Amino acid sequence: MATPAYETHEHDVIVIGAGGAGLRAAIEAAAQGVSVGLVCKSLLGKAHTVMAEGGIAAALGNVWPEDNWQVHFRDTMRGGKMLNNWRMAQLHAQESPERVLELERWGALFDRTKDGLILQRDFGGHRYARLAHVGDRTGLEMIRTLQYHGIHQAIDVYMECKVERLVKDGDRVSGAFGYWRNTGTFVLFKAKAVVLATGGIGKAWKFTSNSWEYTGDGHACAMWAGADLIDMEFVQFHPTGMVWPPSVRGILVTEGVRGDGGTLKNKAGERFMFNYIPDFFKGETADNEKEADAWYLDKKNNRRTPDLLPRDEVARAINSEVKAGRGSPHGGVFLDICTRRPADYIRKRLPSMYHQFKELADVDITTTPMEVGPTCHYVMGGVRVNADTTESTVPGLFAAGEVAGGMHGSNRLGGNSLSDLLVFGRRAGLHAALYAKNMGGRLTVDAGQVEKMSRDMLEPFTRSGGENPYTIQADLQEIMQHLVGIIRTESELKDALTKIEALKERARKTKIDGGREYNPGWHTALDLNSLLTVAECSAMAALERKESRGGHTREDHPYTDDAWGKLNVVLRQREGAAIQLTKEPLPEMPAELKALFQERK
Amino acid sequence: MPTFTMQVFRGDPRGGAFKDYRVESEEGMVVLDVIHKLQATQANDLACRWNCKAGKCGSCSAEINGKPRLMCMTRMNTFPEGEPISVAPIRTFPIIKDLVTDVSYNYVKAKAVPPLRLKAPDADGKYRMWQEDIDRVQEFHKCIECFLCQDVCHVIRDHEELKTSFAGPRFFIKIAGLDMHPLDTNNRTDFVREQAGVGLCNITKCCTEVCPEHIHITDNGIIPMKERMADNFDPIVWLLRKFRGARKEPA
Repeated sequence: MATPAYETHEHDVIVIGAGGAGLRAAIEAAAQGVSVGLVCKSLLGKAHTVMAEGGIAAALGNVWPEDNWQVHFRDTMRGGKMLNNWRMAQLHAQESPERVLELERWGALFDRTKDGLILQRDFGGHRYARLAHVGDRTGLEMIRTLQYHGIHQAIDVYMECKVERLVKDGDRVSGAFGYWRNTGTFVLFKAKAVVLATGGIGKAWKFTSNSWEYTGDGHACAMWAGADLIDMEFVQFHPTGMVWPPSVRGILVTEGVRGDGGTLKNKAGERFMFNYIPDFFKGETADNEKEADAWYLDKKNNRRTPDLLPRDEVARAINSEVKAGRGSPHGGVFLDICTRRPADYIRKRLPSMYHQFKELADVDITTTPMEVGPTCHYVMGGVRVNADTTESTVPGLFAAGEVAGGMHGSNRLGGNSLSDLLVFGRRAGLHAALYAKNMGGRLTVDAGQVEKMSRDMLEPFTRSGGENPYTIQADLQEIMQHLVGIIRTESELKDALTKIEALKERARKTKIDGGREYNPGWHTALDLNSLLTVAECSAMAALERKESRGGHTREDHPYTDDAWGKLNVVLRQREGAAIQLTKEPLPEMPAELKALFQERK
Repeated sequence: MPTFTMQVFRGDPRGGAFKDYRVESEEGMVVLDVIHKLQATQANDLACRWNCKAGKCGSCSAEINGKPRLMCMTRMNTFPEGEPISVAPIRTFPIIKDLVTDVSYNYVKAKAVPPLRLKAPDADGKYRMWQEDIDRVQEFHKCIECFLCQDVCHVIRDHEELKTSFAGPRFFIKIAGLDMHPLDTNNRTDFVREQAGVGLCNITKCCTEVCPEHIHITDNGIIPMKERMADNFDPIVWLLRKFRGARKEPA
């Protein structure tokens, strides 16, 4: 077979992914005066960030002057059950207010307080009303603001271009290789530094709030290039996804519904969350309806409703109610905001939830409770990075946003993702640019590496018989849903790993119809490489961690274990070999930050 | 469960035709579900764009039974049983393959719009804005860039020759949103008249009708803009500019 042709583009910094983190990284790198390319799988402005609803967490102190970075830091660490990289959580809490104000200076219009400042809303696990928001379409405002700011900077945007592999020059990264979706032709990006901002892995599960894009490309590419992944056992199941009709199952229902007064009820109408308050959060959570109701009116003198416990707690509670036979008709529970709030308020605060239920489920949420249940939403695990620079363990390779691990520990608080994207997107762009500026010598890309990649990518077209790639993807989603879901156990995790192994074999024999031009069948076949890799990583790490913590619950190890609380599960892979797993100690938090957790015992 | 006949356009710049598919219906299905089912079972290589499947990203625009719609927000049970349902790419933009079109025109126009020019903050370094002053702009910010308004706009659809001097409804509300932004100080008058071509719009409101976000594009965006243009119009300045060329604004 002749060497497949490819075009080449050269930049100092290539950013892969154009959601919040990628756009912010590209803007920062361009501001440093280096040449920047921004590569995205979809059209610009369509990345997953656009679907974020509730808000951006930042201790602006506009609603509660008592709020500050220390409180936000403490909430974040406690939400992550102390497994977070403390330095990332600190930087995040310190820098997110400035990142939000910067968005405002770039044109974002957040909802306002009576004093004309940015309004902040309550969310799970946040001590104070902290989320800057625009109704329930905050992600749209954020991506549009970054997009329209970004297009006026010196950034070359490569849309509908999928990066398949990273290329290396010795130990360091020297670029990325992929294809144009429109034409199916190949493209090489030579770059001194590469920023991964590719998002998550949620497409490996059947019921998910994630789009086709979330196939773990960045996670897998990083590991194949020699980078470490950490915390891959921690997957967040958002407690409230739509459950009915079947076609919408998994679509997100914002936590803002509960932040703005919605409560969870079982089929008997009981507010069951009072039965699920863990000791860890007892001190700050109302234990009866009277106090919880009073909290909506007087937040100073009452403890908050357990409906706003962190997401892992609420998802497990809903799961238990449904299993105990107390669920709603379609296997969820009820989320009721119409009892507490008038129709006008609901339509103003939650316009897209109103629209979504009305159009897709024939439910008017101003008069009828919603049916909701857990949906795969976010992966806490990801590329292990230096907290300050976002650089991975591979020189020249940086990662920010969902693809990076450590920031959220074992469970992410709602609202902390959008702020994470901005804080670490900026840091990634800055440090990638500095790295590129300081890099001496010539950039070389081994033509042999690229040729092999392109041949591998075209191979599915050369097979005469074979299997439909969509069938393999659907089978994987069933396996992950049932065996690596909210509640896990050793036998099921082992079963999952055996089944994933069999799927990997089947994925080598996929068959593609049609040609290379905009061919979703081919794209799905290629995406299986990364999707199966991240699924395996997640199941392996879940099998290893013999405790329950945050987004990882083991039926056979139902308690948190202090010894495990000091360890990350680390995964790495040498070219062509099996994935290796080690347990490594968490970075040690300095004494002055530890003191923040002793004050309010 | 009943079955539907879907007539899906299959083709590329060289040509194409509608192809019939039989699909079993499921409760609550939207058109995008049907397309996904076809991809998974009958036509792996059927091209379409999608992301959020919840009306938030504006990727899955198509013409369904001739009407520009989002596939993810169009329920199958809204169509009469037994009649075939056609799905075609949006017609105004050049086809790439099947339901995917080349919408790069919109990205070129986006870049041409003069950006926000920020005013100075209050004395304490903060920016204050009042909710009632931003309600209208927030309405424009609901735009999901599905480009359905651009698809139905007669100027873009029928006048290839005007494409360079016309921005279209999506960008009229983008400009209106900037002009009404309480922190903006930029002057886009010349741009609106000469490059965005708001004068070419004859207010048929087709754009407003197809907007899945129900933005009042014409009433709240375009008409006030036309009024401002009329207020700003000075025939002598206009004539001078015609001869001397527009003076560049200081950067």
